Amino acid sequence: MVLPDSMVAAPLVSDWLDFSQPGMVGIKTGKVEFGQGILTALTQIVAEELGVGFEKCFLVTASTGISPNESFTAGSLSVQDSGSALRVASATARAHAGTNSYWDIEKGVGWAIPANPDAILKNPSDYSLVGLSRNRIDLDAKLKGITHFIQDLRPDDLLYARILRPPNRGSTLVDLSLEKITLSTEIEKVVVDGSFVAVVAKDEYSAQSLVTKLAQVAIWNQTPAGMNNASLMNFLDSALAESKVLQEFGENKTELPHQASYSRPYLSHASIGTVTAVAQWIGEMIHIWTQSQGIYPLRADIARALSIDPQRIFITHVEGAGCYGHNGADDAAFDAVLIAKHFPGRPVLVTWSREDELGWAPYGPAMKVHLAAQVDDSGEITHWSHRVRGNGHSSRPSTLASPSMLAYSHIENGSAILPAGDPPQPRGGGTGRNAIPLYDFKNSLIVEERLSEMPIRTSALRALGAHLNVFAIESFLDELASRTNQDPLEFRLRHLSDPRGRDVLTKVAELSSWGKELPEGTGQGIGFARYKNKGAWCAVVAQVDVEEDVKVSHLWIAVDVGLVINPDGVRNQIEGGALQSLSWTLKEQVQFNDGAVTSNNWEDYPILRFSEVPLVQTEIISRPTTPALGAGEASIGPTAAAIANAVNRAINVRVRNMPLTVTNIMASVE
Amino acid sequence: MTHLSTTLDYMADFQIRVNNKVVDVDCDKNTPLLWVLRNHLNLTGTRFGCGTGLCGACTVLIDGTPIHSCDTPIWAIGNKSVQTVEYEENSTLQRIKSCMASEQAGQCGFCLSGIMMRATAHIDSLATLDRSSIADALDGHLCRCGAHNRIIEAIRQAGS
Ligand code: FES
Ligand code: FES
Repeated sequence: MVLPDSMVAAPLVSDWLDFSQPGMVGIKTGKVEFGQGILTALTQIVAEELGVGFEKCFLVTASTGISPNESFTAGSLSVQDSGSALRVASATARAHAGTNSYWDIEKGVGWAIPANPDAILKNPSDYSLVGLSRNRIDLDAKLKGITHFIQDLRPDDLLYARILRPPNRGSTLVDLSLEKITLSTEIEKVVVDGSFVAVVAKDEYSAQSLVTKLAQVAIWNQTPAGMNNASLMNFLDSALAESKVLQEFGENKTELPHQASYSRPYLSHASIGTVTAVAQWIGEMIHIWTQSQGIYPLRADIARALSIDPQRIFITHVEGAGCYGHNGADDAAFDAVLIAKHFPGRPVLVTWSREDELGWAPYGPAMKVHLAAQVDDSGEITHWSHRVRGNGHSSRPSTLASPSMLAYSHIENGSAILPAGDPPQPRGGGTGRNAIPLYDFKNSLIVEERLSEMPIRTSALRALGAHLNVFAIESFLDELASRTNQDPLEFRLRHLSDPRGRDVLTKVAELSSWGKELPEGTGQGIGFARYKNKGAWCAVVAQVDVEEDVKVSHLWIAVDVGLVINPDGVRNQIEGGALQSLSWTLKEQVQFNDGAVTSNNWEDYPILRFSEVPLVQTEIISRPTTPALGAGEASIGPTAAAIANAVNRAINVRVRNMPLTVTNIMASVE
Repeated sequence: MTHLSTTLDYMADFQIRVNNKVVDVDCDKNTPLLWVLRNHLNLTGTRFGCGTGLCGACTVLIDGTPIHSCDTPIWAIGNKSVQTVEYEENSTLQRIKSCMASEQAGQCGFCLSGIMMRATAHIDSLATLDRSSIADALDGHLCRCGAHNRIIEAIRQAGS
């Protein structure tokens, strides 16, 4: 066997496991927790493979220089990446220790021995921890309300900062008119660098009040250019793009008889907690506390932005609110660094306002998909063509040719953030994620067109391009099924030979009593995908009632994540993903006016409410002898498609543009 | 960097009762209770989510009634009693916490403090505790992780 990817740069047992506390096992992972339960699953894996008690294991806080560099925590790959590395490290340790104790070896020769990819792994049939539900190790502190989140850090001498953002994209600062402002204590200060403006105060209320006052007097040079709601579709259709063929085989026909286009707007990560960071300059060193999903890439990008040696930066990860992708976490870290520089020795905590968060964090890109197909007389799809357009799905730190933290585009010596790229195809791609259908079509042409102009900063949002690509594929399949008078489920099965795909589809049909009679105005719809075509298989049936608007009453979900580490954790992730997708699909849409985001509060950017939540039933098909696959993103695409298909069955209207609001439904009535 | 300073102006001394303890706070009289708790009293369990009464993350109890601490200034508290998620003597709240733990209700957990405070008042009001009454009571609370169904079930159990 080859070493797991994560171990190439961290090949020793001691890179992953810490036996320095007698009787205890410290787990070193480069992956970080943001609500997905990953630390609990990794602890189960280590405890199982080492044969020590679950309670004897603890997580070593992720920090640069201490934790293995596992780049970003993203793409539902934590169990695959970190999980397999920890498993190999633990199996190596167990084989190496034999009858000796891990801790005696630590005191003696130590654990700086190479991990052995061929170490014998425990047989899944002997598992006593993996495969059983386990309470999350992070939930207790969260329920007690004791210090836990990055927002709660209170080091000595702490100062609080808030940012004054420009009125729109493309504005530059002319004059802050500081003479019109009274700073009420000697702590209160305004930090200005180019068009980057921050306020520092002794508490957050004072800082926020000062920002409000400054906003009233500051003078900006505003360029009206930029995105408007009405210009979005035109932008998606006409912007310059880099085109790439993702799949091509069989006959390539230019004119296929069935055609349809689908879209989604820009979407916000919309965490409930706003992003926060703490920074402190101590002599030559900078210490940063951040909720970033990638502490090493962030360190490299901040070093690049400041033109300093990365070794001068030490980063500690602290959990924030759920982030669901690349939100403003890294931006906030750079903000804190820029501000704290003016207060040598003192830690400075920056929290974004709600308006900053919804108005300035990177967005999941707006996208458009054009599909075309030909169906033969027997009702079988013979030709399939898929063209997807949109901005890239990653502008994460250190992935672009220049720094990508927001403030870098505002400071004097910075520059505009370059158009987002996409994760490489082996990681699942971005724009083209799940553009290749899992179905067996004889002739196929799949093209990805990543836009090379970026008026609105975009980056990774849970599932990346899979949300729209799966929505489009699965909607179009239903359209074709209906035009040829076939049942949507049967239609899928006749084109799908993948056995595990067939199993989740069959299972979800059984759970939802697919095909049963439903009252007028009620409909069931189905959606399916294998995430990235190499992750988890997931099928969803949605049931909706459509009166004034769309109400989803039920979701049934069947999922296959291979070996299940923590069934309850998987269910929590799958259901959470489905409800988030429901929220995007029914309600969400970033709104613009001349380059300013106007949907920067919860009234203008509404998300799913408790009264709108459907009943959800999830069934996991367990495959203990197959590799464990991530669960966080698998339900996103199938849920979106299932809802649109259910709406169509309820009222016979095909809505191809998300969100499925009353306006978009009315516009779809033919 | 610009550096200006003037004398203190509208600072004042307040005495408020939080979690059954009387505490002194020296701050601007318009400071929202949220920042008094988080910045001055180090009670960081009450969360900032929006500052405008639209997400519920900052919910605390004042004389048993749930309010948004983000838009309640300290001057308005007077001698009323404030309870936050850290308070261990409220038996309804404790029961909710243990049901939340057994249901594993939450992912990132950021929304939970406010939700549990609202739920405490809802249970104590002796309302019917079915799915729709709980969902309606929580409708001003946002959860982005999609933990809603587990939260509703935990509250239902805590009240029965
Ligand atoms: S922070 Fe008070 S309601 Fe959102
Ligand atoms: S658990 Fe994350 S916001 Fe509710």
